[in-house]
Formats: sequence, C-alpha cells, structure tokens
Amino acid sequence: MDVLDLARWQFGITTVVHFFFVPFTISMTFLVAIMQSVWMRTKSERWLRLTKFFGKLLLINLAVGVVTGLVQEFQFGMNWSDFSRFVGDVFGAPLAMEALLAFYLESVFVGVWIFGWGRIPPKIHLATIWITACGTLLSAYFILAANSFMQHPVGYEINEAAGRAELTDIWAVLTNKVLLVTFPHTIFAAFMVGGGVIAAVAMWHLVKGARDPEIAEPGQPSDAGAFRTALRIGAVTVLIGGIGVAVSGDFQGKVMTEVQPMKMAAAEALYETQQPAPFSLFTIGTLDGSEAIYSIEVPRLLSFLATGSFDGEVEGINDLQAQYEEEFGPGDYSPNIPVTYWTFRMMITMGGLAALIALWQLWATRRGRVPTSRWALRAAAVLPVLPLAGNSLGWIFTEMGRQPWLVFGLMPTASGVSPSTTARTVFISLAAFTILYAGLTWLWVHLLVKHARPGLPDVAPPGEEGGAPPGAGREAEDEDADKPLSFAY
Amino acid sequence: MELSTLWFLLIAVLWIGYLALEGFDFGVGILTRRFARDDTERRVLINTIGPVWDGNEVWVITAVGATFAAFPEWYATAWSAYYLPLVLILLALIGRGLAFEYRAKGDTETWRNRWDLVIFVGSVVPAFVWGVLLAAFVQGLPLDAGHDFVGDLGDIVTPYTLLGGVVTLSLSLLHGAHYIALKTVGDIRIRARRLAARLAVPVAVVVAGFLLWTVLRDDTPSWPAAVAALVAVAAIAAGATVNARDREGWAFVATFAAVAATAATLFAALYPDVLPSTLDAANDLTTANASSSDYTLTVMTWVAVPFVPAVLAYQSWVYWMFRKRIGVQHIP
Repeated sequence: MDVLDLARWQFGITTVVHFFFVPFTISMTFLVAIMQSVWMRTKSERWLRLTKFFGKLLLINLAVGVVTGLVQEFQFGMNWSDFSRFVGDVFGAPLAMEALLAFYLESVFVGVWIFGWGRIPPKIHLATIWITACGTLLSAYFILAANSFMQHPVGYEINEAAGRAELTDIWAVLTNKVLLVTFPHTIFAAFMVGGGVIAAVAMWHLVKGARDPEIAEPGQPSDAGAFRTALRIGAVTVLIGGIGVAVSGDFQGKVMTEVQPMKMAAAEALYETQQPAPFSLFTIGTLDGSEAIYSIEVPRLLSFLATGSFDGEVEGINDLQAQYEEEFGPGDYSPNIPVTYWTFRMMITMGGLAALIALWQLWATRRGRVPTSRWALRAAAVLPVLPLAGNSLGWIFTEMGRQPWLVFGLMPTASGVSPSTTARTVFISLAAFTILYAGLTWLWVHLLVKHARPGLPDVAPPGEEGGAPPGAGREAEDEDADKPLSFAY
Repeated sequence: MELSTLWFLLIAVLWIGYLALEGFDFGVGILTRRFARDDTERRVLINTIGPVWDGNEVWVITAVGATFAAFPEWYATAWSAYYLPLVLILLALIGRGLAFEYRAKGDTETWRNRWDLVIFVGSVVPAFVWGVLLAAFVQGLPLDAGHDFVGDLGDIVTPYTLLGGVVTLSLSLLHGAHYIALKTVGDIRIRARRLAARLAVPVAVVVAGFLLWTVLRDDTPSWPAAVAALVAVAAIAAGATVNARDREGWAFVATFAAVAATAATLFAALYPDVLPSTLDAANDLTTANASSSDYTLTVMTWVAVPFVPAVLAYQSWVYWMFRKRIGVQHIP
C-alpha cells in the first residue's frame, strides 16, 4: 500500500470510530439535560436517579469522544498537507470557529457539571449541562460546514497565483445547501443513538426484573417505574429521530442529486440514465453494469428519491462519466459502486429496524405490560447497535460516494496527501491508532455495560450531597469545610 | 498592524495559554507518581485538576485550529513534518484524558494502577514533546522551495529542541507543584511547597540556559525576545521568593508568568518567520507568505474579538467556582 491508501485507511478508521462516540454524546447530553430539568421541576427522586444513571453513561462516552477528536484535527495536517494548503483558507475557518465557539463551551462546562453536584447552586448546575448540549450542536454545525464544503464547494474563488481556494463569502459556506440538509439529518440520526441506548438499557432492566424479580429489585421498588419512563423517552426519541432522519434524508437525496449526481447514481448502481428509475432493495450480481443475477426492484422509487417526482429522470453512471471526462479530462469519475450501493441500503435498513424495534417496545410495554421473552432481551441488545451502524454506514456512503474527489470538482483525493510523509511513517501511525482504537472501543463497550447493569444509583436523602434540593448548595457546604466532595474522580 | 501579524500574536497567545494552563495539569499528572504517597493522596491531586483540565486542553485545539485557519501553509508544513512526534502526543493525550475519567470506573487495584501509569506517562510525554516541537519552530527545518519538509526525525530532534523539551517539562513540574500548594490543605500542601523550593534553582538554570541559546541564535537578537527571556527567569526567582514566604497564590502567578514569558520568548524569536528553512532563507515560511487571505483573516478577527474574551471570562469563572482547597478528608 502506498501513502495515499494508508492515509485513507487511517482517516476512515479513526473517523468511523470517533463517530461512534459523537452521536452518543450529542443526543445523550440533551436527554440527560431534559431528565435533570424534569427533576428540578418535579423534585421527584426518580428523575434524579435517572439523570445520574444515564449521566454516568454519558461521561464514559464523552471522555473517549473528546480524546479521539484530537486526532481528527491533527491528521488534516499530518496526512493531508496538500489538501490543507489548498483549502485551508476556507476549510480552516469553520474548524477554528468550532474550537473557539463550541469546544470551549463543551469542555469547560461539562467539567463544571461533573464536579458541580452539590457544590454550585442547582440552577447554575442545570445550566451547565444545557450549555454543554448546545456546545455539541454548535460543534456539529461547524464540522459539517467544513465537510459540506468538500461535498459542494461554495463561497470561494481559486487564486491561481497562490494555487489555492480562497474564501470569498463565509455566509455561503455557513449556509451551504448541503449543510442545511446534512445538519438535521446528522442530528436526528444522533438522537436515534442516544434514544436507542436509553430504550435498550431500560428495556433490559424491565425484562430482567420481570423474569427474575429477585436480582433486579434490590429493595428498590421504584426502579421498574423509572425504567418504564426511561424506556418511553428512549423509544419515542428513536421514533422521532427516525422520522426526522427519513424526511431530512429525502431532502438530502434531492440536493445530492443536484450537486453530486454521480453519488446518487452509484447508490443505485444505475449505469444507464433512466426515466422513471426503479430502486432495487437487493441485488445479487457484480453491480458492474452487467445483468444482475437476481434483483428485487421497486419501480419509480429512485426517481422519487432523487427528483421528488415518480416520473423524474435519473442520470446514469455512464452518462455522468462522459460529462465529467469532457469537463475535467480523462479519468475514472465513479466511486466504488459495491460500497456505495450496499452502504446506502444498509444505512436505511439499520435506521428502519431501529425505528421498528422502538415501535414494538412501546407496544409491548403498553399499559403496564412487561414482555418477558428472551427475544425482548435480544431486541434490547441490538437496539443501540443499529443506529450506530446506520450512522457509520451513512458516513462511509457519503465520503466514499464523493470519490475520486477530495473536494468535489476541485481536488482529487490523490492530490491531497502529504508529499513529505513516507509510507512507513503512516503505517506506524495507522497500526498504532488501529490497535489503540480497537482497545478504546472494547473499553467503551465494557464500561458502558458494566455501569448500565447495576440499575439506578441510590441518591442521598434530601439535604445531603447529590440529593441536595434546589436552594441548598453552597451555603450548606460552607458550614462543614471538611465534608467529603459529593463527586470526585 | 498587518492582520497576519495580529494572527501570529493571537496564535502565540493561544500557545501561551495552553502551556501556562495545561502546563500545571501536566505537572500535577507527573506528580501523581512519586509525590503522592497513597491512593487517597493521588486522588486529591487528580481532583485539584478534575474540573479544569479538559478546558485547559482546548487551548491547544484552538491554537492548532487557528493556525490552520490563519496560516494554512504553516499548519500543513509543520504538522506533516512533525508526524511521529505528534502521534506520540496524540497517544499520550488520548490515554491521559481517558485515565482521569476511567480510573475510578473499575474495581480492582490493577485497573487503577494501570490508569495511574497512563496518567504519568500521558503527562510526561506531551509536556516534553510540545517543548521540542515549539523549539523546532525557532530552530527551523529543512524545507524545499514548495515548503515541504525534506528531512527526517533527526532534523527535528536536536540538542537545542531536546533542551526545549526539558524546559517545558521542568517548568510544568514547578508550575504543577505551585498549583498543588495552592489547591490543597494539610501535609500535601506543605510537601508541595518544599518540592517547589527544591525545584526552583535547577529549573531556573535550565530555562535561563535555553532562553539565552534561543536569543543568541539570531545574528541580530530580537529585543522583545531578550526582554521576555529576562522576565521568565525573573519570574521563577520571584516565585521561589514568595513560595518561601508561603504565599502560594503569588507563587502560582509567578510560574504562570514564567511559562508565559518562556513561550513568548520563542514566538518573539520566531517572528516574522513562522517556520524558517534551514536550507535556504528563500524557502522560509513567514507570517506574510504562510497566511490566509485578508478576507479570511478579517472574518476570523471578527470571530475572535468577542469570543476570546468570552472564553477567558467563563473559564476564569470556573476557576473561581472551584477555588476551594481540597485535602485527604474531602475524598469520599
């Protein structure tokens, strides 16, 4: 493998793994903030226990999300220095804004939230988790602005003398039409992850408790009630997220057909331009344009996805290839078709299955019912994995579907790689990061499961540490300077 | 003032902020090893930086992001040249960040001991390697006419840059000792003061030697660099004096100033280059030829003007919020 392949694998591996943690953080921060807000309003202990329980899972995830994010910022320069030179004038701006506007907010205020239990006034403490949540959204917006520029460059002009793209309109970059459809799609998809985790953990506890009342109810009669509430929150979040993902994805498909028709043609392995075009659910064959061995097709569906009309014309790979050769010169302008074809379908399948399981959960637990079959536990176990996989597949589709371009229409991927690095250097770092990230992922799963298993934490009776009612806080602590911290590493 | 000069200054400020803030939490991380006598003491140390270390680390993310936005050539050339040292830093920072959060999340002593080792190594490595890399900016690298790095690791790791690493490492240690003395009560506080007293002279010597070398590298030494170097050494001396009088707050302020002045010396010596070429002065990367367009710099200036002070304000508020000292009796 040469530097280019190694650098691409490194970006792929580190980014996909990083993006296990990102949607979890975005959604779970909001969901925990909501739980804490309900507690503040109702003063009901159940909500405090849910806040602390899911808050702990959030922190386990947040830590690994934060540290893996560092690699992202550094590797543009390390592996892709010619890309950084070419687009830095445009691309660097949203990254720097992300750091200055979003990362400080998240990192500073989450620290206050972690250590602030019982140490700062409860209203300010609640504000810190909301500020953190807003920080994660801002962060997503800026990073997607940078990515959307690579998908559909806007607000720039090429400075021939300097040999680079230069920013001419920051608003165009921050209101890129690709960004405006990608942001909601990404955020709704993120909420499917957090909702899925909450619904799954709650379901597992409910079912376990019903199957074996002795182990799951250590003198905590309210656990089942609290988990039932959590399950509803989680499942409804997955459903709302699922609907949002589908609707925003539909908009996105139309924008993508407009700005990167090749990506949509590749998503269907559609070689010849068709009107109307069908959408295949499943194909056995090589996907190289030859006759498929077996295929299930829904007539006219691709026309609708791509153009909004069941009669719309969808351009095929061959026609687009001819157009691009005319525009950019000889070369292969189609992405890896099997990868785009299958990731696109699998993405939709994963999201759809997650929504179905959430729907079934709501049905199965209606009016006080608790399912006790082994299948209910299995469904709980796969529920968080499905939206996570959907997120990853969606990104693999988006990024692989843009190939051979790094910045669509401006810079081929092969031109962006660092000229000064050697394959050996990249290999060393690829190996190191792959091993480390495999370990991190294992550790993440291990700790999440370990801390999700025991059930809701006890909270101290009102007036003491974590359970301090709103209004107590600093004054109470001043009376006893040697009282242990309510939270400590 | 040229916008590119303004952004050079801002990036210098961001690095200064990073080294002065994360510097002490590196120092605390290093001191968890030998200085802390048992697990409870170790937890006291970790909890002094618990609420703030993550916010401190954002300074480097912002410094690098600002470099990417304002000086893409500088970011591209330096970061591809510094490849393996940066991998080391990343591995260390990843491990360290996780260790703070995860060490209490397991049950066994082995689990805790392993994470403690990660905290130690994860603090030593970046405290040292960042110094090497910042010194390498001043020293310069073999860059060709396309501003690409054509050397190897031996061009980055030299006696001068290694001494730079020793400087950031030893300053972090002293700064960390002052921070511990400021943030703890009881026996740890007294021992931290004593440790700082013992460290002051060797640290001052190393810093003075390195900064003298830095200033004299230039045929025409830069006056701002010379002044900053004097301030750095004077600040360490002042820190030792107030530390001996048990004024921990002022001692911390003194090493804060020492770290800041040391970094300022490097950036003052660097200016107007951002990364000189050791092959040919024509290949130097400068604030002029490495910078972004005026439009980008203008946009970024409009972003920085309100938000840098805002960040300073709320981050200071957090330090104020968690101003209480802690000791072994506070560990639950």
